[in-house]
Amino acid sequence: MKSLQRLSLAVFLLGLGGFLSSFFWGGYQVQKEDLLKNMTEEKALRFYQEQYHILEKKYDFGFTLAQSLEKAMDDFNTKRITEYEITSRDIDLILNQSRSPFDTSAFHGLGAKKESVRYFKTKAMQIYGSWLQDKIFVDKPSLRASLEQVGSQVRSYEILPKKGFDVYEKDRLVYALTKASTQGLPRTHSLFFLCCIYGLCILGALGYFLPQIKTEGPAGIKNKGIFHSSMKNRGYLGILTGSILILFYLVLYFKPSYMTSWICMVDPLSRSLSGHEAGPFFLYGFLYTLCVGVMGLRMLIRYRHSPYQMLRTGSLIFFQLGFAFLIPEILLRLNQPYFDFKNIWPLDYDFFFDSELNKLIKNGGLGLFMLGWGMGLILLAVPILTYFFGKRWYCSWVCGCGGLAETLGDPYRQLSSKSLFSWKIERYSIHLVLVFAVVMTAGVLYTYWTEQSEYWGMNTYGIRKTYGFFIGSIFSGVVGTGFYPFMGSRVWCRFGCPLAAYLGLVQRFKSRFRITTNGGQCISCGNCSTYCEMGIDVRWYAQRGQNIIRSSCVGCGVCSSVCPRGVLNLENKTEKGRFDLSPNISAKLSQI
Amino acid sequence: MRKRPKRHVVIIGNGIAGISCARHLRKQTEDKITLISSETPHFFSRTALMYIYMGHMTYDHTKPYEDSFWIKHKIDLLHDRVKSIAFEKKRLSLERTRDVFYDELVLATGSTPRFLGWPGQDLKGAQALYSYQDLQEMEKNTQNIQRAVVIGGGLIGIEMAEMLHSRDIHVVYLVRENSFWGNILSEEESELIHQHLRTQNIDLRLNEELKEIQTKKGEGVEAVLTAKGTLIPCDFVGLCIGVRPNVDFLRKTDLEIGKGILVDEFLGTNIAHVHAIGDCAELKSPLPHRRAIEAVWYVGRMMGESLAHNLASQPKPYNPGVWFNSAKFFEIEYQVYGSVPRNPKTDEHVFFWRNLKENKSLRLIFGKEKGEIRGGQMLGLRQRHDVWEEWIRNEKHIKDLMESLEKANFDPEFFREYEVEIREEFGKAFPHLSVPSIPSGT
Repeated sequence: MKSLQRLSLAVFLLGLGGFLSSFFWGGYQVQKEDLLKNMTEEKALRFYQEQYHILEKKYDFGFTLAQSLEKAMDDFNTKRITEYEITSRDIDLILNQSRSPFDTSAFHGLGAKKESVRYFKTKAMQIYGSWLQDKIFVDKPSLRASLEQVGSQVRSYEILPKKGFDVYEKDRLVYALTKASTQGLPRTHSLFFLCCIYGLCILGALGYFLPQIKTEGPAGIKNKGIFHSSMKNRGYLGILTGSILILFYLVLYFKPSYMTSWICMVDPLSRSLSGHEAGPFFLYGFLYTLCVGVMGLRMLIRYRHSPYQMLRTGSLIFFQLGFAFLIPEILLRLNQPYFDFKNIWPLDYDFFFDSELNKLIKNGGLGLFMLGWGMGLILLAVPILTYFFGKRWYCSWVCGCGGLAETLGDPYRQLSSKSLFSWKIERYSIHLVLVFAVVMTAGVLYTYWTEQSEYWGMNTYGIRKTYGFFIGSIFSGVVGTGFYPFMGSRVWCRFGCPLAAYLGLVQRFKSRFRITTNGGQCISCGNCSTYCEMGIDVRWYAQRGQNIIRSSCVGCGVCSSVCPRGVLNLENKTEKGRFDLSPNISAKLSQI
Repeated sequence: MRKRPKRHVVIIGNGIAGISCARHLRKQTEDKITLISSETPHFFSRTALMYIYMGHMTYDHTKPYEDSFWIKHKIDLLHDRVKSIAFEKKRLSLERTRDVFYDELVLATGSTPRFLGWPGQDLKGAQALYSYQDLQEMEKNTQNIQRAVVIGGGLIGIEMAEMLHSRDIHVVYLVRENSFWGNILSEEESELIHQHLRTQNIDLRLNEELKEIQTKKGEGVEAVLTAKGTLIPCDFVGLCIGVRPNVDFLRKTDLEIGKGILVDEFLGTNIAHVHAIGDCAELKSPLPHRRAIEAVWYVGRMMGESLAHNLASQPKPYNPGVWFNSAKFFEIEYQVYGSVPRNPKTDEHVFFWRNLKENKSLRLIFGKEKGEIRGGQMLGLRQRHDVWEEWIRNEKHIKDLMESLEKANFDPEFFREYEVEIREEFGKAFPHLSVPSIPSGT
């Protein structure tokens, strides 16, 4: 058995090594057709002409091509700007022709060799400078300043998007071109390597976990050696794992073009599900579901003595596989909007984004149902189900973030800080994120209805971008998962998730849920607190015979499982007496 | 609360008894409180020592309060050993710090392991397990070893077996009696534990007694010789036959000492302003069904609270209520409420149910004449403390109890329920008392 496990570990590491090294596999060469497919014909031909060197070269790595492409596009942009920019000479010309009050006919006098350039410039100045019409300027310098302002708007909103590449198009193109030009094994043998790499990982993991049914002795709590483990107690293996996770998230969110070899390998799977080519987030969803499934199996084996843990883990795997992964892909195949039926605003922070709303409304029937369903989850499911069962119905039975935390994150649950200081930080940070999410969403809706982008002196596009960057990407992804091996499995759920904050408020103030302490049976050993992933000092309550009612408790039930004296139990009882102390804790002073 | 001048209350021992007393005293008075311990600077949970060894937790996790707690609540901690006490001068002599004077003294010195003077008991690799220092020694003594022998069929013995087993050290477990924890568990209950130990490859040997610990080179232990003459080679010997009150340093004083420090029902000793609580205290007149010395976590906690009350206001006799206890033997949890002797008295009935496949059992003791419940003991079942205490205190009739068995169930959600099975079994054993296995209205 032990040797089977060692062999399986080797198989797993082989698969993992294959996965990590395949990041560097393949070659990259941009083809002319790829340019034509992804840009307007005008831009494509120009780009082909000017930046031909990109197409000539064969690149070894995705990131070298991506960097060259970025540089080439920047060069291309610089050229377009020199070509079409409103120069100070242009402004001089306008000034010379201008009268007071200002008349935009002055824009006609712009000088350029080429007729087309002259036409472009005049048109652009007319669009962005229309507000100057009939304006009276005290002197020439103040008119010049206004004209320079218009010139810079022309550069950002006309020249770059129309003649060159603005930030969004650049990001899209770098990814699309790198993806399209990926060649070699990840492209030619994608299915083979998909099966090999992931097959080895899965086989290795199963071969490692399944024998534990025999090797670890009878079913029960098996936490031996956790704090002697380098992986599970912030040793070098833990640091290495955390670093890899953080790097992965940084690439996923900010440089997806670097990992096109990985994405190409899951293309066959994506095609068979949705009929579309895989994108970075298909790869992510696939890896995520795989981790939840395989590590979920580990969880099932580990807690096979506890029906509560088995059912809970089964539920998490079911919702991840079905609701988060398969159903949205199948919806795509049916030309319906991509929709995760278990994701709830404000965790699903772009639910009210105009693009999302329009997508659903435009779709009609099913789209409107999705909109109603999403609203129902926010307004009915959260308060009602949380009242009856506590926030656990979502956080540790349904949620995807919870699903990953309870499976992939389980080996790290003991690393959450239990200090009073952390609790204080937690209460500030999670509620601030909730406020941020509400303000951001209100702004988005304000803009949606009024078409005004200014809101309380803030730009609603700016707020949503800031939220997406700091909360959506950095906090929930990079920190939320990348920090598993450093701060435990629920960093995001504890300090950041705005939905957890909302569920928590209901749980704390209006719910039947509590963790009951069994009289005076606590021996203060500390297993409950140690294994609480949310960093709740469970023992502090248990040893004084007090029910545990905390907004952060996700009801994973592990405190109850690890308690060696059977002191803790998750219960949905009546609200009455929820906060009472157990009468059994003390010597019988009152009866004497 | 009556206003009185601030006193200096000195507590020797920062175990559960000492700190319970300190905490509850702080809640009720402004007294200056000093806690002295030579073991660790801060309170930790002794019951969790095994989990540190097994890697479930680190030492820091076993501290129930953050270090700042003691500063915040103005409980002074002194990490030092008390050498001697001059009761007439109310003075303590310490090893490192200068003398401490008290107005009220609380002795909460805990236990010390029992040794029977076996030949070789002082050899390196032979040790007991009680203190944090013992744990550190055990860590050193068990580095890279293969085989261990554990002596003593009680809670510390089985815990030490589990600890060693967690490090893949082969354990021979010697129990002098014919069953594990034979003074508490019935034959069938012990048997359930025996089976469980054997499935874990613990080499359990009943009716085997340690005679001597042997060595060749005169340093570390190499073998154990049993009373029956069996020689068991080993690298480590765990001596876990029990504990006794840690009172030797007080023996030559005026303090009245039996096995432990003798205390009255208010937890006071024969010397005024001197009190004793926890493992080291011996009640002069124990309550019915209770022992004079109860070296149990819960008792320490309740005595501490009781004494704090007595020091703060009108003294009341110590009354711990209905007996309860708990333990865990590898994977099998144990709970008891009330009085459940191994052999029932002549006026008692015993009902026993077990599910061998799932390592679960329930043993109830009730009066023959009135049918009142006297106690229940469970293996592998979690039961509600408050419900059981109420049943026992109110002498609930066994028939009513059987009908409302579900009320006491404290197993987690979705766990299998055994009440129907238990009632059926009860019906067979006591047909005249039987109730329908699925009672109406419960």
